[in-house]
Amino acid sequence: MYVAVKGGERAIDNAHTWLAEERRGDVDISELSTGQIREQLALAVDRVMAEGSLYDPDLAALAIKQARGDMIEAVFLIRAYRTTLPRFGASAPIDTGAMACDRRISATYKDLPGGQVLGPTFDYTHRLLDFALAAEGLEPQEAPEAVTDAGDLPHVTDFLAQEDLIQREPEGTDTPRDLTREPLDFPTDRPLRLQALSRGDEGFVLSMAYSTQRGYGRNHPFVGELRIGTVTVEMDIPELGFAIEIGEAVLTECETVNQFTGSKTEPPQFTRGYGLTFGRCERKAISMALVDRAMRWAELGEDNVGAPAQDEEFVLYHADNVQASGFLEHIKLPHYVDFQSELELIRRLRTEAMAAQHQEAAE
Amino acid sequence: MSNSQSDLSPSVAARKRRLSVFAKAGEEALTPLFERFAAAHPIADYTVLRAPEVGTSMVRGRAGGSGAPFNLGEMSVTRMSVRLPSGAVGHGYVQGRSKGAARMAALLDAMAEDGVAESVDDLVTTPLEEAAQSARAARAAKAAATKVEFFTMVRGEG
Repeated sequence: MYVAVKGGERAIDNAHTWLAEERRGDVDISELSTGQIREQLALAVDRVMAEGSLYDPDLAALAIKQARGDMIEAVFLIRAYRTTLPRFGASAPIDTGAMACDRRISATYKDLPGGQVLGPTFDYTHRLLDFALAAEGLEPQEAPEAVTDAGDLPHVTDFLAQEDLIQREPEGTDTPRDLTREPLDFPTDRPLRLQALSRGDEGFVLSMAYSTQRGYGRNHPFVGELRIGTVTVEMDIPELGFAIEIGEAVLTECETVNQFTGSKTEPPQFTRGYGLTFGRCERKAISMALVDRAMRWAELGEDNVGAPAQDEEFVLYHADNVQASGFLEHIKLPHYVDFQSELELIRRLRTEAMAAQHQEAAE
Repeated sequence: MSNSQSDLSPSVAARKRRLSVFAKAGEEALTPLFERFAAAHPIADYTVLRAPEVGTSMVRGRAGGSGAPFNLGEMSVTRMSVRLPSGAVGHGYVQGRSKGAARMAALLDAMAEDGVAESVDDLVTTPLEEAAQSARAARAAKAAATKVEFFTMVRGEG
């Protein structure tokens, strides 16, 4: 148990002053601006927005700077800031079919309408360190352009849905449960799980997804489609009496197509896993889709094989890195009173044990 | 209450377009166009109905892209409302945390409601919309240049 302690104010102040100095590092090296972080460490910014559950690139860049690049600390700062803001409303569900895609690939169809668009990807790079980047002042080549097709890119799963080969997505309620407004309560439903996974720790969700691929609740996924791009966000404005587009967000969406041989309740058909995140977080979005699918076992009438990824309590209680690190790190704070009583106990037990030994030796 | 453009009366549709463009523009792009408008149509006085306020909107997605709505996460939004001496009321809602942008959006909305909608659109709305469209087109052109054709290799017999 943590017991409040007093004192140490001066040490704490000095520690924080030193922290600020260390954050700045060598003053002969120019200071990093939040604009530089936003533009040049964009994927770090995206991860902080996704897990901080607040879309605001400038704030995420500030959080990364303040946290000295500690991503979980940055997520924590964003979450804390978010709690100070009033919520004006909720958007209409975004239409990812109308996304202006930077990237859109499918692992299931070679020739799909709209084509495979790689976008600015690390895929097919050789993962060799590029020492040219260590030299400053090199301007990158301008990216080539090509003629664009007009129109939205259809979702790959729509093709399968047309043939009725994939499970249709059930309709839900207009006001989904919200874990920022009510405590996580089990059993959950899919919308609540998707919210928790989308803000969950990338490393945790990745590991859970990987465990399903290695056999702990295997669900045979194909990446039906992965898309990254910009969507508009529309919200009703009560004082106007109609909805306006209140902004745009870059999102990553992954739809998996999973083998399914049918169950007691469902005919043989493909099923889906779904991943959607703020920013460009494709590893996270794919992971999310696999774990989403794993947790749908009950609804699809599949067996619970006891795999960790099938266990919604296990996954959802442990996916949040702010909650996890809060509980984990509190054990480094003073536990003097607790420890004193443990110390007393050990001392007494030792004294008794040693006295007993002496007694035996004497006899 | 979500409404497609076609269900709206022309004046509501124009206001929706205007406010949607302002919301996404950002303070940096909005400021010079607002100043140009204000030079042509000075805004002498106005009452603040709602002080600029930073808040959020909960962005919702759909499971599987088409199914049950779920809460994806929030985005920052700033709003402000003003009233002109004529009684015209303007509402500004903008993405991000710029109170300046919310103020400009609210004033432009009020002015458009006050009979100078055409000037607001000519001097501010349309140029912003065109800039956004060309930025979008430039990204789309770069994306198009990365479109690939994968060939599956035919395996040789024997």
